[in-house]
Amino acid sequence: MTSPRHVVTRRAALAGAGALAATAALRPSLAPAAAPLARPIPSTGEQIPAVGLGTWITFNVGEDRTLRDECAAVMEAFFAGGGRMIDSSPMYGSAQPAVGYGLRKLGRPDALFSAEKVWTSSGRDGAAQIEATRRFWDVPRFDLLQVHNLLAWEAHLETLRAMKERGALRYVGITTSEGRRHSELETILASTPLDFVQLTYNPLDREVERRLLPLARERGVAVIVNRPFRQGRLTEALEGEPLPGFAAELGATTWAQLILKFIVAHPAVTCAIPATTSVAHVRENLAAASGPLPDEAMRARIAAHIADL
Amino acid sequence: MSEWWTYRPSDFLLFSPRVYERLIEAHNAALWPFQPVGVLLGLILLVAVWRGRDGEARLALAGLGVIAAWVGWSFLGQRYAAINWAAGYAEVGFAVEAVALVAAGVVLRAPLATSNALRRATAILLIAVAVVAYPLLSSLGDRSLASAETFAFMPEPTAIATLGALATLRRRLALALGLVPLAWCLYAGMTLWTLGDAVAAAPLGAAALFLATLALGGRSRQVSGERLRSR
Ligand SMILES: NC(=O)c1ccc[n+]([C@@H]2O[C@H](COP(=O)([O-])OP(=O)(O)OC[C@H]3O[C@@H](n4cnc5c(N)ncnc54)[C@H](OP(=O)(O)O)[C@@H]3O)[C@@H](O)[C@H]2O)c1
Repeated sequence: MTSPRHVVTRRAALAGAGALAATAALRPSLAPAAAPLARPIPSTGEQIPAVGLGTWITFNVGEDRTLRDECAAVMEAFFAGGGRMIDSSPMYGSAQPAVGYGLRKLGRPDALFSAEKVWTSSGRDGAAQIEATRRFWDVPRFDLLQVHNLLAWEAHLETLRAMKERGALRYVGITTSEGRRHSELETILASTPLDFVQLTYNPLDREVERRLLPLARERGVAVIVNRPFRQGRLTEALEGEPLPGFAAELGATTWAQLILKFIVAHPAVTCAIPATTSVAHVRENLAAASGPLPDEAMRARIAAHIADL
Repeated sequence: MSEWWTYRPSDFLLFSPRVYERLIEAHNAALWPFQPVGVLLGLILLVAVWRGRDGEARLALAGLGVIAAWVGWSFLGQRYAAINWAAGYAEVGFAVEAVALVAAGVVLRAPLATSNALRRATAILLIAVAVVAYPLLSSLGDRSLASAETFAFMPEPTAIATLGALATLRRRLALALGLVPLAWCLYAGMTLWTLGDAVAAAPLGAAALFLATLALGGRSRQVSGERLRSR
């Protein structure tokens, strides 16, 4: 591969090649034309595509059949593009039944990596909520369950660990967003065994670079990045601004792709989970995880350029 | 929790404007063609407040209670709760309001008749806005006519009209019975505001006018319908 300066890090290139081989070997029938870059989950080495799918707001469509079909179309394009991780929460209104609807409609794609949350202030209610969530998705078990926003985290982590031990769950995680309760999260990360942590990171919200991302890496915890586009405000604000020349070197044709490349190129990040209602956007987002990724110097340029705008 | 100050109203918005508009359209379609009956009931409420006759006014107050129960169950519980879990709590609030309004209708003497001009003007203005203007206001701008919100079918116009009727009551009673519609107007106003819908001004303005009227309007001396008409 001939790569322009500042573009492909050796690690990213290796990870990308490994991921291609891994996804092709695992699921030959589902391997898309250009499989997205995959990253290993540190606790097991399992590969996971670096772009997933969020469901906050976008999948909360109630019983509206037309809108549920639109969500299913987004999921279809997501799986067709090599995506795996779908993230939701009991907090997201009717997003969970909308995901369940899509999964049934698509004939339960094998590629699915189900990421859910437990969100209730009482530890005692956790198990019942998880079971209700499981019925919405209609899956035998979840791949990942996360304690949403650190709510009653001690009690819920106990429940999740017990589930994992008896094989009812594969991975355990915890989430926060928009920079909230970072010092508490740091303490938890440093002291508690976890498979995943979910937090907000993008070219404008970079506080996690100082402590949380290095700590997650050191502790072997996979990192899921939420709100890559600041819930769409960032992509909206950049709309109409010309892309910098160096975007072409990275193969990024839109701001969304440049932002995603910035995020997933961070060595501690496992995947980003942008949410969308649009088939075109889900394709665009997945495509950001293939092709060249920026190295550290280029990442700094992207962040500086966006901050200047 | 110490991080509460970092939240904005938009952090609590769970759905998009498009989803909300389609939800109202579906609700309207399911209940069409009964919406004009809601407008008619609203006009009857207006007449009852205008005339202030004992029997009519008590019936109107109790009727508002029945409408609160119906709107709470049919829209908040059966529709809105699907996309907004807060609507499930609001449904309970509307049920409590329903019982309170029916009880007030049974117990109070000539409830909607007031000698206070400001209170009377506020009552008539709020009810007129809720019944006549709100369906038009809510379908202006980007919204479709099919998503027009009518009194006795949707919570905002129902809450605004209820505040109107309650503006005629003694201050403490008005506040106690107005707690749920007031809270709803504030919550719905914030929600519409974050959705970018200018109709947010109506519930927020109604809540402000109701409170200002209670604060400035002096005492509401209840008068019998006969005395009111003879002046
Ligand atoms: N505490 C927590 O656990 C927590 C908190 C926040 C978020 N999350 C998770 O993280 C996910 C992502 O965060 P988010 O949904 O808040 O925000 P986000 O992913 O940063 O932004 C979503 C918005 O970006 C737009 N978008 C997506 N792809 C685009 C593209 N290619 N070009 C232009 N615009 C695009 C979407 O609009 P269109 O529909 O038009 O594409 C949508 O409005 C959530 O859905 C949720 O699953 C978790």
